[in-house]
Amino acid sequence: MLNVVQLSCERDDRLLFSNLSFQLGSGEILQIEGRNGAGKTSLLRIIAGFSSSLSGDIFWNDQPLSTVYADFRLDCFFLGHKPGLKLDLTPLENLVWRARLSNTIINREVLLAALDRVQLAGYEDIPCSHLSAGQLRRVAFAGLIASPARLWILDEPFTAIDIEGVSWLERLFDEHTHQGGMVLVTSHQPLNDRQGKLRKLNVEHFGEERSVDGERGQDVQG
Amino acid sequence: MNWTFFHKLGSPKWFYDISGKWLPWLQVSSLVLILVALVWGLAFTPPDYLQGNSYRIIFIHVPASFLAQSIYMMMATAAAVTLIWRIKLADMALKVMAPVGASFCILSLVTGAIWGQPTWGTWWVWDARLTSMLILLFLYIGIIALRGAIHTTEAAAKACAILSLVGVVNIPIIKFSVDWWNTLHQGATLKLTEKPSMAPEMLWPLLLAILGFYLFFTMVMVLRLRIEIISRERKTRWVKELVS
Amino acid sequence: MVRGGKMSRVDQPSMRGFSACLALIRRDLTLTFRSPGQAINPMAFFLMVATLFPLGIAPDREVLSELAAGVIWIGALLAVLLSLDSLFKSDQDDGALDQLLMSPHPLPLLVLAKVFSHWLTSGFCLTLMAPLLAIMLHLPSEAFSPLMMTLLLGTPVLSLAGSIGAALTVKVQRGGVLLTLLSLPLYIPVLIFATGAVNAAMQNMPYTGHILWLSVFLILGVCLAPLAIAGALRVINE
Repeated sequence: MLNVVQLSCERDDRLLFSNLSFQLGSGEILQIEGRNGAGKTSLLRIIAGFSSSLSGDIFWNDQPLSTVYADFRLDCFFLGHKPGLKLDLTPLENLVWRARLSNTIINREVLLAALDRVQLAGYEDIPCSHLSAGQLRRVAFAGLIASPARLWILDEPFTAIDIEGVSWLERLFDEHTHQGGMVLVTSHQPLNDRQGKLRKLNVEHFGEERSVDGERGQDVQG
Repeated sequence: MNWTFFHKLGSPKWFYDISGKWLPWLQVSSLVLILVALVWGLAFTPPDYLQGNSYRIIFIHVPASFLAQSIYMMMATAAAVTLIWRIKLADMALKVMAPVGASFCILSLVTGAIWGQPTWGTWWVWDARLTSMLILLFLYIGIIALRGAIHTTEAAAKACAILSLVGVVNIPIIKFSVDWWNTLHQGATLKLTEKPSMAPEMLWPLLLAILGFYLFFTMVMVLRLRIEIISRERKTRWVKELVS
Repeated sequence: MVRGGKMSRVDQPSMRGFSACLALIRRDLTLTFRSPGQAINPMAFFLMVATLFPLGIAPDREVLSELAAGVIWIGALLAVLLSLDSLFKSDQDDGALDQLLMSPHPLPLLVLAKVFSHWLTSGFCLTLMAPLLAIMLHLPSEAFSPLMMTLLLGTPVLSLAGSIGAALTVKVQRGGVLLTLLSLPLYIPVLIFATGAVNAAMQNMPYTGHILWLSVFLILGVCLAPLAIAGALRVINE
């Protein structure tokens, strides 16, 4: 279980958010909202453990995150803006190196089945450079499907995905939470709440109403 | 042990207030010391029996070389403090010290070249100590350039701290390899562990000059640090009150 | 197999760090094999440096054999620098670096694997090419074996030390010159001892000392550089 207590983030003298707290338990989806630059990505990256300089506390299974990084990373799948795929490798090869890095036992059948589920069956031996942006996303989702991680941290997963893909991804979330998984996701699009498991958190509510912007404006004029 | 003083030391506001009181003393004492040392050294000490009057450049060359090297050590210390305790002031110090250190490095190289011309008959020789100093200058330039290239303040701070620490591990290795490679330079003018071989009438003004240069460096650093504090803390209330 | 099933995870006590390293090395070697330009360009550069020196100085056998060790080593050094620029940057650009940072395995270990595969595709290939350049530059035959030994011991140090700079400049646009500036001070000791060994051999003097010092640098590099590289990657990606 993920427990975030009184988190604050400051980037280059700009307070993105402060006193942000939430809990994410087994079987829950949390959608992070907020306009561009509100700090959605920063929040996800802090929680994923990329940044060690933060004020506030993050607990993973009631332990401070900084003491259980390895444990946390074993159980967490992070998918950022970029799908993190090597274009010269085939989808299958990409899935294999990523699984090895996250300490997973490779099972070719499972990986092929996952590629089949993202409608990329038959593409497993074609270099990723031949795939479209949407197809690359799907390859990354195949990794998600096959991964044993319980916590999914997804930054704007709906980019380059068609409408069908969106509802498909929502079903995937439902399935994952049904099995006790957790999903932390940022998105501009409103997600459909199918089973009452979805909660939303707007980062902007934790930001200060910036007097900073006003000052900047004056700087430009002066 | 009580660490409050340490964290108080790390507070930019506290440093700004206290350094304002030090500043006039630093300014006066450093200028007086340098002036006395230079007048004494340049006008009143006897000429060297081998080098004549040309040796007098040591009153600038030696303090500059001392500072160029010790500023790098101070930067490495500040880097360690930045990485371990995450004290902002340490990073500000690291930032403002680098250009000062590089300037003393250049001063040391230039005065060395001017001294080399009458002594060795050439402006530049590929001797071990000159080469080490040149490489030290590269280390300084690298840190300054890295800070300029990274746009986020926090990332730049930690990246420069890591680079400074890598450099400080590297310095003894460089010194040792360059010594192995070539040695022509005269032995160190001053060694702390040995009785100085210099005549006392030359030694005293030199020691005064070194002390004066150190004070001058402290003054320059405090001045630059105060400017850096104001610019980085410009969003805080105390700076806004100070400025208005 | 169940449709859409999941792979099982190795239980926590048996972290398979070594297997992750092998996967990473295999991935990077496959990538180099599929688009070999990244590896071939520095080698072409190496060859070109060796061609330009006789043209720029003199085709004289005596002069060239004096300079050969230095030219080969400087060429290798610059070629390694040229190849280092994309070491972490390509991973940064496609987001693969995030996966590296999110791995439960110790980052210094993974970084060491990446540097090793970089050495295999740069320093090691340059070492294999060196005899050709040594012939072109009339290096005396007694200096061949020390040249090869210094390259074998020294080029991994170049990869390790240069990777620190590559990690620090991973987000800098057009960071090539900065990378050179950061790496050169670290390269100087290697250059001094490597060329020193070859020159000593040419004067029929013992060069074991030089070789031992290069080994010391290699051991130091393997122990310390991965920590600095991992630290730098984390800091830059915060």
